Amino acid sequence: MDITILTIFVLAVFVGFEIITKVPPTLHTPLMSGSNAISGIAIIGAILATVVDGKIGMWLGFIAVIFAMINVIGGFLVTDRMLKMFKRK
Amino acid sequence: MDNFYLDLAYLVSAVCFIYGLKMLSHPKTARNGNMIATIGMLIAVITTVLSGTSLDIKMIAIAMIIGSIIGAFFAVRVEMTQMPQLVAIFNGFGGGASALVASAEFIKNSENFIMPGQEISMLLLISIILSLLIGTLTFTGSFIAFGKLQGLVTTKPVTFTGQQLFNALIAIIIIAASYMVPTYGLSSFYTIIILSGLLGILLVIPIGGADMPVVISLLNSYSGIAAAMTGFVLYGAGQQSAGSALIICGSLVGASGMILTQIMCKGMNRSLANVIFGAVGGDDSVGASGEGQQLNIKSYSTEEAAMIFDAAEKIIVVPGYGLAVAQAQHAVREVAEFLEDKGKKVLYAIHPVAGRMPGHMNVLLAEANISYEQLKDLDEINPEFEDCDVALVLGANDVVNPAARSDKSSPIYGMPILNVDKARTVMVNKRSMNAGFAGIQNELFGYDNTIMIFGDAKDMLTSLLNDLKEL
Repeated sequence: MDITILTIFVLAVFVGFEIITKVPPTLHTPLMSGSNAISGIAIIGAILATVVDGKIGMWLGFIAVIFAMINVIGGFLVTDRMLKMFKRK
Repeated sequence: MDNFYLDLAYLVSAVCFIYGLKMLSHPKTARNGNMIATIGMLIAVITTVLSGTSLDIKMIAIAMIIGSIIGAFFAVRVEMTQMPQLVAIFNGFGGGASALVASAEFIKNSENFIMPGQEISMLLLISIILSLLIGTLTFTGSFIAFGKLQGLVTTKPVTFTGQQLFNALIAIIIIAASYMVPTYGLSSFYTIIILSGLLGILLVIPIGGADMPVVISLLNSYSGIAAAMTGFVLYGAGQQSAGSALIICGSLVGASGMILTQIMCKGMNRSLANVIFGAVGGDDSVGASGEGQQLNIKSYSTEEAAMIFDAAEKIIVVPGYGLAVAQAQHAVREVAEFLEDKGKKVLYAIHPVAGRMPGHMNVLLAEANISYEQLKDLDEINPEFEDCDVALVLGANDVVNPAARSDKSSPIYGMPILNVDKARTVMVNKRSMNAGFAGIQNELFGYDNTIMIFGDAKDMLTSLLNDLKEL
């Protein structure tokens, strides 16, 4: 078992906690929709899955790309729509 | 593409995500932050397409176009009040995508898993199972959460005897099936998927409508964890670079969802276990309990209220979800602007659970062009009530109930509340004397410094504005 990958995982969790605690409550909804879009990073796994041999694997990858893309495009667009509304007098 | 450049490209995209999230720490920089995160995603996608060998580009492009159209349609059309539903369903798609990638990898490797004597990568197998479990559970659970928020599924907790035991049994079978993968291969795989999906449904249906903010936050976290697990799957399958990218991004999202879950639980003074297994918090319309002492309430007209506002200098508005239901955000802003033009100070006190998801109320008020600088959270605003002339409570109830501070027998005892009772005058607008979410009477309404103005929030504010103008 490779320890490098666990190291990356653990450090990333810490980075996540550090930056997210700095987000003010006012922006928690955009934070959620934005991080939602980021979880669409599964799209790169989905793209790579489309080359999986056997036909079924390929179609699973196809559906996964659709799902992840809904997440990515929808998430970033709706976050932008919300953040546009946060104005100051 | 050379492995070095591949790693470098994914590193740049991870930095974009981290920096983008960091810029969310202030409303001024937040929009650019979101843009940077989007660029990070673009880099990741392009890198993957360029690096992949024998990819069917046409098929990927078609899938991307379909996904983009669906995503954009939802993002553009959604009302701000429906944001919790949207986030819930997007969480579901994220979890679903992760589970599908893990499935594809499982099928690709299924022969290796069952062939005797073959070396099985434990890392790969365990991460595939975890990714399947969490991803599928997030997918089905999110759809139930969506259904509850949209009113398609009852918002009341759905419970049956032995539910906890049944869930535990399912979990045990999933673990057993995981152990038997080397023996039964695909049959174990299907068992894990079906039971994970069932578990997702069973974990969300007993949760009441009022607890939905916690559930969406938790599912948000799960969608991140599922992505991280899928990262381990890719890593184990030899896609080290892409795997690391998924692990980093998934961990960020997982951490974010966890923090929001904690904040929501704290806002309701509940433990996560109590929310998940407690099956409390029912419908929006819980009837008044009827017991307790008779409150001596004073009902005022908007005309009389206008006179109090005229003499006030500092006003704090306390919006509850009832305000959004009445679509009265714009009416509030008009009243507040009129008062500000008269030289009065107006602030808004936002309780963590004022909306239907973390930060929801802030978005609803921002939509009505209320400056974010006027929106104050619980810790910031509570000291301000001491020298506040009027606290205007609009459609909020439990979050201003002083019983949470003093009455140990109250179901909401210990919940952090907005100390509106410290204000010189408390004006409470409600449709009727019905109790709030928790179904308990609010003694605040009988206080000497409290006056009630009954009626629809929007109508009340419109008539208040007219009365203010006539003074």
